[in-house]
Amino acid sequence: MSTQVTEQEQAEAEEESTHQRRRLAEKAERQEVRDRMRERAETDLERADTVFDLKVFRYDPDIPEKEDPRFDTFPVPFTKGMTVLDALMYARDHYDSSLTFRHSCRQAVCGSDALFVNGTQHLGCKTQVVDLGDSEGVPGQIRVEPLPHQEVVKDLVVDMEHFYDQMDAVEPYFDADELPSGELEEQRQTRENREKIKMSARCIWCGACMSSCNIAAGDNEYLGPAAINKAYKFAMDDREGENRKQERLEIIEQEHGVWRCQTQFSCTEVCPKDIPLTEHIQELKREAVKNNLKFW
Amino acid sequence: MSQSYDRGLVEDFGRWREFSAGMWAWIFHKFTGWVLIGYLFTHIAVLSTATVGTTAYTNTISGLESLLVVRFLEVGLLAVAVFHILNGLRLLFVDLGVGLEAQDKSFYASLVLTGAIVVASVPTFLAGAI
Ligand code: SF4
Ligand code: FES
Repeated sequence: MSTQVTEQEQAEAEEESTHQRRRLAEKAERQEVRDRMRERAETDLERADTVFDLKVFRYDPDIPEKEDPRFDTFPVPFTKGMTVLDALMYARDHYDSSLTFRHSCRQAVCGSDALFVNGTQHLGCKTQVVDLGDSEGVPGQIRVEPLPHQEVVKDLVVDMEHFYDQMDAVEPYFDADELPSGELEEQRQTRENREKIKMSARCIWCGACMSSCNIAAGDNEYLGPAAINKAYKFAMDDREGENRKQERLEIIEQEHGVWRCQTQFSCTEVCPKDIPLTEHIQELKREAVKNNLKFW
Repeated sequence: MSQSYDRGLVEDFGRWREFSAGMWAWIFHKFTGWVLIGYLFTHIAVLSTATVGTTAYTNTISGLESLLVVRFLEVGLLAVAVFHILNGLRLLFVDLGVGLEAQDKSFYASLVLTGAIVVASVPTFLAGAI
């Protein structure tokens, strides 16, 4: 009996130690990779014609050294066509694998990498490093921060929950009153109507506009430019019918709806998809007035 | 998500150097609006001396006008009022959905026009005071 126990213990201990060994080996390997990447960065930096500093906001509540927000600066060798997202990925891959940011499509489609670059909201993947400099070309330093007015979860990652809640509040889905009567069951849209809502349909839910709006910053209940633009897309869609449009107007003309907008044009300025947000908000204001002012 | 960091509003006005035209227009409009409201009260106070009598009113006015600082304040008031009017017109067009692409240019135009009108008015306001 006793031998059995010791055998079992021994086996466990052995297993433990192999496990331990494997972990250490993996760790050493990771360290090696890190060292290699850092070395590679050094040669890159030596070879590069132009190097710029990427100054990145860092915060991580789970790590003592990063509990207090700070900025880290990484030297990045410039390559032609480099975007801010490329630079971030370079820093992550060569200097600090814990550098955290969202990205996916790398072509201004998914809307996941809206960042605060040199004090303005930009999509990381759509912003060329050279465009941030002056006529000389590449800037000496680029400052990248998470979107303002949103809670920072880690490094450049912000909590988007509130933004999504506001988007949902305007019921952002096509919802027609009745189906067309013809034999064809498709919901046809006229060319003119399509043109009208074309720009509003381009939104990629990046949240840049909401982050730039200081009315939205002061009034948490304000629907915000993206949600109002979304409402515009459906309210202006002729196929939905009059009743549905009425319901939509009621949502947007509520206390924290279109009337909060004070036409600062901040959202229009930063929208990476060039949506004329202020124009759409103003048009909805006029729709709301027309809807309520009836002289007959 | 155990915890998150709220960067707060601190950054907002600390970043004034990065503000765009529309933002400046908004700030100036608010500021001039408040100044005009403030002026309204002094205006009422001065006018109400007329209820005491015509001489009291005349004395108050000429007393104020003899102060150089009042003359300068009047120039400032004109600047504030003119900007508020011009930018108000700009906002009217914005509300009507006219020329939204040129909103920054119209803001600069109202600034320039305000400057020009104020400079032109200086001789009238300061005449006799210096
Ligand atoms: S409206 Fe523009 S800035 Fe706002 S979420 Fe959509 S794409 Fe982003
Ligand atoms: S990575 Fe998809 S929008 Fe930038």
